[in-house]
Amino acid sequence: MTRTSAQARKHKPMGMARRPGFLTYGILIALLAGGAYPLWWSFVVGSSPTSVLSQDWPPLLPGGQFWKNVVEVFDTIPFWQALLNSVIVSGVITISVVTFSTLAGFAFAKLRFRGSNALMVFVVATMAIPTQLGIIPLFILMRQFGWTGTVGAIIIPTLVTAFGVFFMRQYLVNVVPDELIDAARVDGANTLSTFWHVAVPAARPAMAILALFTFMMAWTDFLWPMIVAPQNPTLQVALSQLQSARYVDFSVVLAGAVLATLPLLILFAVAGRQLISGIMAGAVKG
Amino acid sequence: MTSTLGQEARTSPPASRPDRRASLTFKNKLGRLDVKYSPYLYVAPFFVLFAVVGLFPLVYTFVVSLNDWNLLSGPGEWVGFGNFAKELHDELFWNSLFNTISIFLLSSVPQIIAATFIAVVLDQNLRARTFWRMGVLIPYVVTPVAVALIFSNMFSPDGGLVNHLLALVGLDPIAWKLDTLPSHLAIASMVNFRWTGYNALILLAAMQAVPRDLYESAELDGAGSVRRFFSITLPSIRPTMIFVILTSTIGGLQIFTEPRLYDAASVTGGGAHRQFQTTVLYLWEMAFQRQNFGRAAAIAWILFLIIVMFGVLNFLISRRIASADTRITSRQAKRRLEAARADTAKTDAVKTDTR
Repeated sequence: MTRTSAQARKHKPMGMARRPGFLTYGILIALLAGGAYPLWWSFVVGSSPTSVLSQDWPPLLPGGQFWKNVVEVFDTIPFWQALLNSVIVSGVITISVVTFSTLAGFAFAKLRFRGSNALMVFVVATMAIPTQLGIIPLFILMRQFGWTGTVGAIIIPTLVTAFGVFFMRQYLVNVVPDELIDAARVDGANTLSTFWHVAVPAARPAMAILALFTFMMAWTDFLWPMIVAPQNPTLQVALSQLQSARYVDFSVVLAGAVLATLPLLILFAVAGRQLISGIMAGAVKG
Repeated sequence: MTSTLGQEARTSPPASRPDRRASLTFKNKLGRLDVKYSPYLYVAPFFVLFAVVGLFPLVYTFVVSLNDWNLLSGPGEWVGFGNFAKELHDELFWNSLFNTISIFLLSSVPQIIAATFIAVVLDQNLRARTFWRMGVLIPYVVTPVAVALIFSNMFSPDGGLVNHLLALVGLDPIAWKLDTLPSHLAIASMVNFRWTGYNALILLAAMQAVPRDLYESAELDGAGSVRRFFSITLPSIRPTMIFVILTSTIGGLQIFTEPRLYDAASVTGGGAHRQFQTTVLYLWEMAFQRQNFGRAAAIAWILFLIIVMFGVLNFLISRRIASADTRITSRQAKRRLEAARADTAKTDAVKTDTR
């Protein structure tokens, strides 16, 4: 309703409906340039010899040395192993978080059971707890089990998130009508098949968004992987080691930074729309 | 939990309808069990895993904090709140807290103002809307480690881009890594770079939920765009604003990656004089460089309490402002809307007729 009236107003010459002027687009272009510039700058420097930094004017165009610098990145850090580790870590965490969040979110949204309200309050309360602060006992445990330095140790602490459960619940509450659940039950479907045939298909968009955010979160995580598995690094940890290994050679470090940003840039190009709608949907509900 | 379940199972079926029970087939019984108990199976994986990896560590951190506990030799003597007392008397702890709060304020205050401004710019009838939204979000895709490396080089005192530009306009170079305030500014700029666009989109979503009628009637009343922003937009997006402020508080007080990588040469992390050592960085140094797990755990708990405190404080303040403001503005807005409706009553009538 509001939507249609808002759309109808778009075509009116007055009020908010008018097309913004050059100033607006000027600001937007400046923002875009400012947001992209650091990345562009690191590509420019990353493709040049380090000496480019002592020129009178900061360089604006890339040089021809990107590949040479990249080779030096490969020589300095185990780039491909780190990339593989990051893919495994982020992939497993994403699958785990999305699966368990959808299961629990479905139960909280559409099943009636004793204590569900209390448990949901608990989930919401734990969302604000900074679990990062539990690194000391987690490290003690991992060492006790002899798991330090393994990919598994990096994965374990983020196998579930309270946010995921909350997010899936909020989505399923609105999207799946109770009547549909009841109808499935009358037809003789048990809870599991209701989950599988009714809830999961309806939850797919939300699952995709949750997967995207979980993947980003796991991919960018630095503190825990650095502590528990520095000898078997994720991409972020390897990148940081590049800096400490040759912190003077700017161009190689920046070539590495560009290289490590590429996977997420590709993901962004493919799924940027979903990312945006996810951020904006989270705001309205959260 | 289990005891209540047991009670329910014992009392309800025989007392309520014993006659129907006899006619239940095995399949029906199974179905009832399914309805009653399977929900717990769906939520169990989350709760079990969360208890192990989320809750237990937090509790166990407290246990560790009450002991003399070395990284290598393990638990030693029970010292009660000795570690807490040591931290609260340690200059380095307060230094780290000062740095954290300074960086947090330098990042979150300008960031929220800028994000609100960007959201206002985006909240127009733009051409290629998705393109601009994606553009604003580009920095979010650059990982914190990459951002830290890039900015660390840009702010490098010798040959760094920022000092280079300063020199071009004839200004003296700034010791971005050595001096306290400049280093805080540089680290805050990394946080701002990555999160401003993200928060702008959250605020944009809230702005788009504001009914356009309010703006139109305010405009009819002669309210300029600035006035409209402060009397309509801002009060309307307050709940989302609180959400953004809360999340940036929780995140901002735990900042680690950016200061850690800002100066890779420093062993302690946080600069030669710990001039930008944040509390999580201090915690990391205490645990893994100085190998004192007991004190590190105490730091973790103190920080946890500070975060909770900040969160509650933030919430209370913003809610008070919000409620005071909305009361006034909603009254004003209502009055205006009524006035506007009376003014345009005729046109409205025509409109409804045609519809």
